[in-house]
This record gives sequence, structure tokens and C-alpha cells, in this order.
Amino acid sequence: MARTPTTTDAFNAVSEGSRRGLLDALGTGEATVGDLVDRLGLSQPQVSKHLAVLRAVGLVSVRVDGRRRWYRVNGPALQPVYEWVRSFESTWNNRLDRLDDVLGELQTKEELT
Amino acid sequence: MNSSIGNRYGSAVFTLPSDNEILVTREFDAPANLVFDAWTTPDLVKRWWAGDRGEVTEAQIDLRIGGRWRWVMTANGGFEVAFSGEYREIDRPHRLVRTEVFEMFPDAEAVSTITFDESNGVTTLRILGHYPSQEHRDAAIASGMEGGLQTSLDELERLLLQAA
Repeated sequence: MARTPTTTDAFNAVSEGSRRGLLDALGTGEATVGDLVDRLGLSQPQVSKHLAVLRAVGLVSVRVDGRRRWYRVNGPALQPVYEWVRSFESTWNNRLDRLDDVLGELQTKEELT
Repeated sequence: MNSSIGNRYGSAVFTLPSDNEILVTREFDAPANLVFDAWTTPDLVKRWWAGDRGEVTEAQIDLRIGGRWRWVMTANGGFEVAFSGEYREIDRPHRLVRTEVFEMFPDAEAVSTITFDESNGVTTLRILGHYPSQEHRDAAIASGMEGGLQTSLDELERLLLQAA
């Protein structure tokens, strides 16, 4: 599945491990770049770079409070990613539920013989 | 034993353990040899692999190292979804390793490690898909979705728009 090489949508943005780490860290609440540097063990330029990507696709928003900038996750923007994954999960659930049925039938047969 | 049928519906857990892997985990109230056979016997595969999303029209299984497998389903929407590959490890009823290609994206060959761990009559099935790259893995997630197209047209459309 071809996808644009640059980070232009939520799918690409979350495809990078450090950015998922940032989203996880922000999932617990607002944080400043300094907080995130401490928590993730990344350098300040790295954190700023990834935050810029996440902001560009709308996954993270920022609130300016005096001289501090507070970052937080923008939940609705993650919805397409969530649904994409959920759809895969639902395909497998459906398939394995049928497998469950087949196994149940096989065991019933074994009990009868 | 039959009374438990249906209790575990919808309980498959899907995770992304690393950037190029997919893991699906599901428990079954059945012995491991039976679950293993359900993955390696054409007549049994035909009964579950398409789920409710279509019909399995082909389930070729040449169960030996280097032997080929090819499973095809015709989805309710009328289109065909075909997966194929080769068996790499066969250790009944514990472990099955096979290569796996979604034929619409033949470059994205995955190695799928399927394990069957039985404990107290419950078998935990783990399907670990290992892809050559993250992009390939993401394509595979999209392909899993196509099997569910009938119920997911809107999502497919959105994905295609984003991929274009």
C-alpha cells in the first residue's frame, strides 16, 4: 500500500516509535517539552522535532501559558488510526470466533464417538 | 464442554509488539492438537478462515517443510482475497512457522509464527506476523481490513483516500 513518504497524516505520524512514546506520555495529561525530555530520555531537539510533526497533523495541540508551552493529545485526530486498527481486529475476531465454533463441533463429535 | 461455545467471542487481542510486527492472541476451550489441526487441515480451514465475511474457495496445504499453502476467500462483496506462502517449521501441536504473502501486495512477504500453548484444557493461540518493514506491516493491517470490506466500506474509502 503506497503512502506518501512525508509525514502528512496521522498514520505516518504514529508510525514512528518515539512519536508514539510522546503520545503515550501526553496521554496522561498536559506536559512541557522539559517534562517530556525527562520522561522519555530523548534530547530536547528530538522532542521538539517530533512534537512539530505531531502538531502538523493535528495529533497534538499546544496551549501557551505565559512563557510555558503546554502540549496535549488531540484525541479525535487519533480516531482514524484507531478505527483502522479496530477494523483489522474485528476481521480477526470474526474469523477466530468461527474457529471457536469449529473446535466446539469437533469436540462434540469426539465425545459422541 | 459445548456449553462454553460462544463465551470467548470477540476476545481476540490485537497488538503491535514492534514497528514491523502484528500479534493476535486468542484462547480456545480446546486441546492444542485440535487447534493445530484446524490450521493445517483444508476442510477445517474452509470452515472458519473467511469468518462471516465470505467463503473460502481454496485451502491448499502441503504440510511439510518447504511445502506451499494457498488460501483464497471470496468476500461477500464479490472480490477475491488470496494469501499464500511456504511452511518453514512444523511442530505439531506446538508451533507452525510459515511465510505469508497477501497476493495483492506480493512484495510484502511476512513470516508468521503461530503457536499453540495448552494449559488446563485451554489453548492460547498466538499469531505473530513479522514483516520486512513497517510499511509492509501497515499494508497487511489494511489487507486484513479488506476481508471485512462489507462492513467497513467507509473506512476502506478513507484509507484509500489517505493512501492515494
